[in-house]
Amino acid sequence: MSVSLWSGLTLVLRRDLALSLRRPDQLIQPLVFFLIVTTLFPLSLSPEPSLLRQMAPGVLWVGALLAALLSMDGLFRGDAEDGTLEQLLLSGQALGAIVVAKTFAHWLVSGAALVLMAPLVATALGVPVGAFPVMMLSLGLGTLTLSWLGAIGAGLTVGLRRGGVLLSLIVLPLAMPLLIFGANATDRAIGGESAAGALYFLASLCLFTTTLAPFAAAAALRITVE
Amino acid sequence: MIAGSFWAMGGYARYVWPCMALAVGILVWNLWSARRHHAQAVQRAARAIAMARSERS
Amino acid sequence: MWTWFYRLASPPYVYRVAARLAPWLLAAAGLLIVYGFVDGLVFAPPDYQQGDAFRIIYVHVPASALSVMAYTFMAVAAAIGLIWRIKVAYAVAAAAAPIGASFTVLTLVTGSLWGRPMWGTYWAWDPRLTSELILLFLYVGVMSLRVAFEDPNRGDRAAALLAVVGVINVPIIPFSVVWWNSLHQGATILKLGKPAIDASMRWPLYAMLLGFLLFFGGVLCLRLRGEVLHRERLATWVREAVRV
Repeated sequence: MSVSLWSGLTLVLRRDLALSLRRPDQLIQPLVFFLIVTTLFPLSLSPEPSLLRQMAPGVLWVGALLAALLSMDGLFRGDAEDGTLEQLLLSGQALGAIVVAKTFAHWLVSGAALVLMAPLVATALGVPVGAFPVMMLSLGLGTLTLSWLGAIGAGLTVGLRRGGVLLSLIVLPLAMPLLIFGANATDRAIGGESAAGALYFLASLCLFTTTLAPFAAAAALRITVE
Repeated sequence: MIAGSFWAMGGYARYVWPCMALAVGILVWNLWSARRHHAQAVQRAARAIAMARSERS
Repeated sequence: MWTWFYRLASPPYVYRVAARLAPWLLAAAGLLIVYGFVDGLVFAPPDYQQGDAFRIIYVHVPASALSVMAYTFMAVAAAIGLIWRIKVAYAVAAAAAPIGASFTVLTLVTGSLWGRPMWGTYWAWDPRLTSELILLFLYVGVMSLRVAFEDPNRGDRAAALLAVVGVINVPIIPFSVVWWNSLHQGATILKLGKPAIDASMRWPLYAMLLGFLLFFGGVLCLRLRGEVLHRERLATWVREAVRV
């Protein structure tokens, strides 16, 4: 019985989601990290509201980036450790599809969760409610793009013992354009201006990455997994 | 020797000359590093060959 | 017609050819660079806006051009290695990386030193310098990834893939950084503005550009020999080569 591409994809997606939801502590950790990091900024700078509102896009985005990156390391590591990854590679299923499924499942429980938490943090930073839609849209697109980039980095570093730092080192420079566009979109929304330009660039980055990254991540896995 | 005004670089000497010195330094470093890298590779190759020989004998 | 391509894939051939090419490339580079220095420092007239500080352009611009060219070159070599599985290509990529990274550092420092008299600050998040900084991060990433693996073949291939992924970003990053910078214009226009270049100022710059390019080629040949030798140290042809 051969498994079609789509059902193979949904199979991996459901499996990964089920596995993630079995470990709620691992789901909460990046979110808590996000909260902690964003708290660091008012603590180290100043709680003055106008300053916070100015900083808010940067704080939100840097916090989301770092939190997402921290959890990216686990994308393939669990499967690599128990041998599932090799099985997936040998299964004959299109590796790109498997990568898409795993990354998307990972994003659903990390990036998407971050986006849902963002209003909480944003309020603490004095972001007006009117800016929330743009903020969440940009964070959604941004974390998704970051997940794809992280998948490439995770694929390249999965076998390494101290892969985590190297993963961040690899992914962060690649993520700087999306940080620029995303933070700017949020910034403009806070200022009441149209964020359309920034959002379009962000969306095109996301689309570009979504189409190419799975191939790159699959190629990375073929290189690094025995 | 060369006129003092040349060295002064119109008052910007402490920006211009370090740049030139660094440029020369980087060029020299590249040459030195490449040679050293090659020499190390030769050494390692010689060692590998010697080890292979002693294993066979 | 493809024979030269196949020969280039042969490590002993590349090892020999690089040895013969390097002195010529370096000699030509040396002449051009010396001429560039002399003409640029002594004979070119000072810029009417920036005075003698503009002379930094004669090292800053060639360094920045080479830093980007070297990365692209490395990525092309990496792609060739991945697509056609040619091991020599990985050696070429490995050889190019530190050279390109050193040029990136040179660009950043000279850019910073140039910025100090022009803008009053050593670092002003100018879009070109910021892009150059991100390029340095890309280089460091590729080099770190290569040495992180116990199996050097795996390291070569992983670093090659990262180089190719990075090169796709090489146009995106300056675009986004220029966009970012244009939003936050201060009162001054923070571009590492090339002064309106007079003909007498141009020749040393061209000479330096070509000189740096040939220098890159020459040093690449030297480094490549080390890289090829290291990867092939157990091969039979190496015994002859090392004895010589």
